Amino acid sequence: MKNKIIPLIMASFTAISLLTSCSSSTKENTDEDDEISVQTLTVSDPEYYTRFKDKGISINVYNWGEYISTGADEGTLDVNSEFEKLTGIKVNYTNYATNEELYAKLKGGGAAYDVIIPSDYMISKMINEKLVQPLDMDNIPNFKYIMDNFRNQAYDPSNEYSVPYTWGTVGIIYDETMIDIPEEDIDWDLLWNEDYADQILMFDNPRDAFAIAELMQGYSLNTENPDELEDAARKLRQQKKIVQGYVMDEIFDKMGAGDALIAPYYAGDALTILDENEDLNFVVPKSGTNLFIDAMCIPSSARQKEAAEMYINFMCEPDIAFANIDYICYSTPHQAAFDMLDEDVRESHVSYPDSQFIADKTTVFVNLSDEANLQMQNLWTEMKSAEDETTNKWLVPIFLMFCILLMILVLIRRHIKAKKDIF
Amino acid sequence: MKLKYFSAPYLAWMIVFILVPLLMIAYFAFTSDNGEFTMKYISDVGQYANIFVRSIWLSLIATAICLVIAYPIAFILSRMDKHKQGTMLMIVMLPMWMNFLLRTYAWMTLLGNNGIINHILGMVGLGPVKLINTSGAVVLGMVYNYLPFMILPLYSVMEKIDKSLFEAASDLGCSSVSTLFRVVIPLSMPGITSGITMVFVPAISTFIISRMLGGGSNLLIGDLIEMQFLGNAYNPHLGAAISLVLMVIILVIMTVMNQFDPDEQVLM
Repeated sequence: MKNKIIPLIMASFTAISLLTSCSSSTKENTDEDDEISVQTLTVSDPEYYTRFKDKGISINVYNWGEYISTGADEGTLDVNSEFEKLTGIKVNYTNYATNEELYAKLKGGGAAYDVIIPSDYMISKMINEKLVQPLDMDNIPNFKYIMDNFRNQAYDPSNEYSVPYTWGTVGIIYDETMIDIPEEDIDWDLLWNEDYADQILMFDNPRDAFAIAELMQGYSLNTENPDELEDAARKLRQQKKIVQGYVMDEIFDKMGAGDALIAPYYAGDALTILDENEDLNFVVPKSGTNLFIDAMCIPSSARQKEAAEMYINFMCEPDIAFANIDYICYSTPHQAAFDMLDEDVRESHVSYPDSQFIADKTTVFVNLSDEANLQMQNLWTEMKSAEDETTNKWLVPIFLMFCILLMILVLIRRHIKAKKDIF
Repeated sequence: MKLKYFSAPYLAWMIVFILVPLLMIAYFAFTSDNGEFTMKYISDVGQYANIFVRSIWLSLIATAICLVIAYPIAFILSRMDKHKQGTMLMIVMLPMWMNFLLRTYAWMTLLGNNGIINHILGMVGLGPVKLINTSGAVVLGMVYNYLPFMILPLYSVMEKIDKSLFEAASDLGCSSVSTLFRVVIPLSMPGITSGITMVFVPAISTFIISRMLGGGSNLLIGDLIEMQFLGNAYNPHLGAAISLVLMVIILVIMTVMNQFDPDEQVLM
């Protein structure tokens, strides 16, 4: 979810292996039947979608890579072209790789997007900075399908700004054949287990990495307490010597190829990796984890707000929501789409942990204060750049002065030389 | 006078896409969020001194290795038959036709613990060696990706060295070693300086190589700058300050390099 550059490259390598959909990973025999079944589209209120027909309107949709059903597999829906067919609104669809990239684009101005799909903490940050605008829920009647426990989350307490699209948990993906710890005993401490030194991968993203350390130490995932952050960083420094690498997307490749044995990852993507390598298993640690929610929002700079709301409503049509979730393998907050899923997916502990666990043991990120973010970033850089010598704060200004002086000297030398050469 | 009008589009291009962004970097580096002048970010760069040192060190090593490998290749290339030269040059350039990311990605799988290289080493009985996620892997990535940028300028200079100069040198009693040091190297100096610049500058500011091959724990300046803009703490001011310091470092190193240009060499 967080970073999608490399899967795009990888997709070209592994196109064949990806043909098997994640929902059918466990039962090889039945997936033949699943794949032939053709997805069809019926919308609840066709009248509603014709309002902008023949007006030549277009909307800009900015989404994660590989995060919508494209109709690439036979019998699946191409969501964007179905929308265009139904409403006559043209969809300009582009991708981003990280929440931060999305933020930088919006903050920098100059880009007008109508629909974006950021994650939880980024939504609260954007709400605080007024980068997204309240939605008119009258235009999004399909919001009724969103399950109650995904409404009014901490990042958007009164659910004015966002409509949940997908969710998932963070868990541990590991090689069952090499690690002789029973599945029920797998917990975050596996990532600190020195028996597997140099076989462990870690998130290359401070927020996710700190979250794991905070879970280990029993702190809140949204802590802003400097001492607790310091302590989490200490925990991460301790882990550094047994970590093989800090990676994001590369987890796909490294775990798939057996280069590493243990890595934390997002549930939806982890299922895709499990398809590639049979030795792997994925566990959501019992002691608790981070629950992430990606939700659709409309930026304040949007030009076509009503059309954007229509698009969001369309994404919440049961058939469309099902087509998307079937394609991207994350978990859905959409009741009707959930009911359409195969039974073995609905019962899966990976995709849909029981609601008691979700209520008691998972935490959704909210945005941290600027100070806490800065501290986290500094601790992270410090941790990653091995030797932390204490350096003089005048070092760089003095160095710059020295450089300028040197340049002047060089110029003077040249000048003198040029004069000499004349004679 | 007419020439001036022709250059107008280029001038406009340079102002809009080079000069203005540079000024904006300088502006961001010296101002705080509310637009006041501050030296805070410039002095904050000091805490990353070790990352600067590592970047400079690794890219210097990569540049040196590139020079050592490229020099003989360029020399041999320049002394070949004309029609063979074309083919060989093509082979040098061939990898550059492929996407840079894809090539680096390929190295990632080659160097991996279960990669091809370790597999072969394993068959010979040399157990798995830790290749990836080391600073050596980062240097390898730099050398591999930037080697053509060293070969091409060297080749284009050496190609112009007349063969009769070597004959004259040996006529006058020069051994082949002293021909190298007194004829070839001085004459190819412009190629060496531009080759070094063309390798060193991209190497010092790279970020994807260190991320993919360095396993995220060999931070370079490029990674640091990227983290300021696309990382958790969105801090364009610090990012601009780091970029500015990096530019100054590159400028200084290039000025020093330019002291070795051929005119001065002759004077010495």
